[in-house]
Amino acid sequence: MLYLLKQVLEKGICTEPPPQPTGAWHVDSAPLQDAILTLLGRALAIRHVDAGSCNGCELEIHALNNPYYNLEGRGIRFVASPRHADMLLVTGPVARNMQIAVKRAYDATPEPKLVVAVGDCGCTGGIFGESYASCGRVANVIPVNVAIPGCPPPPLEILRGILSAITHSNRQSVVP
Amino acid sequence: MTEADLQFRSLAGAMPVRIATATESQWTSIARVFADAGDRLAALWGSDRRDISEGFVVYAAYAAQDGLAIVRLPVLSEPPEYPALSTRYPSAVRMQRALFDLLGVHARDSGDQRSWLRHAAWPADFFPLRRDLERTRSFDAQQEQYPFVMVAGDGVHEIPVGPIHAGIIEPGHFRFSIVGEKVLRLEERLGFVHKGIDKLFVGMPLSQGHRLAGRVSGDSTVAYAWAYAMAAETATACVVPPRTAWLRALLLERERVANHLGDLGALGNDAGLAFGLAQFSLLRERWLRVNGELFGHRLLMDCIFPGGMVTDPDSSALTRIRQQCIDIEKEVHRLRAIYDEHAGLQDRFQTTGVVTPELAARLGLCGLAGRASGQARDLRIDFPCAPYDRLGVKLALDIRGDVAARVAVRFDELFESLRLMRLIVDDLPGGKVQLSLPPINSDSFGIGWVEGWRGEVVVALEADASGRVRRCHSHDPSWQNWPLLEHAVLDNIVPDFPLINKSFNLSYSGHDL
Repeated sequence: MLYLLKQVLEKGICTEPPPQPTGAWHVDSAPLQDAILTLLGRALAIRHVDAGSCNGCELEIHALNNPYYNLEGRGIRFVASPRHADMLLVTGPVARNMQIAVKRAYDATPEPKLVVAVGDCGCTGGIFGESYASCGRVANVIPVNVAIPGCPPPPLEILRGILSAITHSNRQSVVP
Repeated sequence: MTEADLQFRSLAGAMPVRIATATESQWTSIARVFADAGDRLAALWGSDRRDISEGFVVYAAYAAQDGLAIVRLPVLSEPPEYPALSTRYPSAVRMQRALFDLLGVHARDSGDQRSWLRHAAWPADFFPLRRDLERTRSFDAQQEQYPFVMVAGDGVHEIPVGPIHAGIIEPGHFRFSIVGEKVLRLEERLGFVHKGIDKLFVGMPLSQGHRLAGRVSGDSTVAYAWAYAMAAETATACVVPPRTAWLRALLLERERVANHLGDLGALGNDAGLAFGLAQFSLLRERWLRVNGELFGHRLLMDCIFPGGMVTDPDSSALTRIRQQCIDIEKEVHRLRAIYDEHAGLQDRFQTTGVVTPELAARLGLCGLAGRASGQARDLRIDFPCAPYDRLGVKLALDIRGDVAARVAVRFDELFESLRLMRLIVDDLPGGKVQLSLPPINSDSFGIGWVEGWRGEVVVALEADASGRVRRCHSHDPSWQNWPLLEHAVLDNIVPDFPLINKSFNLSYSGHDL
């Protein structure tokens, strides 16, 4: 236990500053963000859904949860059920074998809700495209608010995408 | 019958591989010969070669004493079928089911004939790997009614979990039959992330398939890209310069360390020690950042291609890698001491999720999990290609077969990889790192066989005369190891399942293809 405490003290706080949000990744103009801000302030509960990724995006979402990014300190946390979530973070092209499950997760998420598609596959279908086995991009199956490019996008870009989906500046620029 | 009755032909390449075409009776008897010798089944796949009058061809790859032995069986019967291997090799069951789902070639006497990769997203008579069927056909996905095995008895009930799991994990379905807290039976239902990778390979230029291979399972992108490159280089008789092989090994060991760092943290967390996750994830992040700075990609995707390496680190980069190995080693030693002396953690790790060496040998447990159950096999040691033939890799082995053993093997392998990387950096030969693949003018076959961090990855490649992929099959060690998870969890309590599952950390994407 002594060593454990020593290690904790020696490491100190490693958290780094967050990235600036970007409006460029917005793909729709759903006015839901207003409601989220009103209801929740900046706190955000995210449900991750792997719809068919190669698990590269999962590795980077895991990395986003390391102390350098201090996600919970910024009021963002991952939850275990879509029913507890404000946002679905969806990776991969949507495998046809996952199509029904993804729709159900979306339906189970209470309104108002946001969907962020992560990675080139989520944005466009990526290298896997559309086929007998893949529905292609996430937006082909459920409505998407923000799509984060990259294969996989590094943690900072995923955080930028999440922040872009909820920040005030972007909301103003996209709400008609 | 002896092995000699089959005419094996050696394939020139980095790994010892031989191949032979068998008749149906030879197919069965050679399987018996290999099984009796204790050789493992490394992979099973099929190919549609009807357009060149060979019918369907089923391939079995055995990890024999002297290398990889590949047996081809042309199937001309209608309806197409071949003698099942599952009577000798239990690990073949799911591979046979997948082979039928994708190609429509049936394994005779195979027992379990439920569909595996096909759920209800495409019809039962659509076999995507048949060459006359279009990849882009699409069908309406239906809800599948999968006939799970029911367990009956007083107080028995079921817990269905997934496909979407309560965490940042890939999708799959687990059906637990439990009584009280104790698991009586676990049945896995995988295939949810089937993306049609094998079909997607068809027609790709040989020189470009590495990008797709590197996305079969993102956590093993180096292993797959190297295996693909090895297969393409074998098929085209391309010999890469020594520096290329050494740099590939450097990346493979970096991938191993990155995954072990991640797993060791996650295992601490799953046993209630969040400290472990925080500490190891910091180390992993530092490791990945150096990957990004020196090789242009945090997970090392697209760094290896057929014929070479994209980046060639200079001497300052090599110095940095060396120094990072020393730094990380020091930190991991400290963390291992904390893990080892933490009574609560060890209480969760020890005797949890046991796979005995006997069971591991019988069912073909391989790779890291195999070594934690006494299976002393590691391609880097058994068949060392350059540069491993010069490095003298030390085997990490444990015979306890529990979560603690899989943790210990990870620690040992991590330290060994850090040592190997220092040797690689110190002795790295000079020279070029890129060649272009020589053209081929006839059908050819190549195979890649690489010890990834999880276990051995096999990539089998058929190329046509125009230099395109005719068929490419990627095999993940998870195929062999998923069924063992069903055994490891027996008689454990449900709350230990996440810990046991994590200690194997098997790939869904690499398995579902």
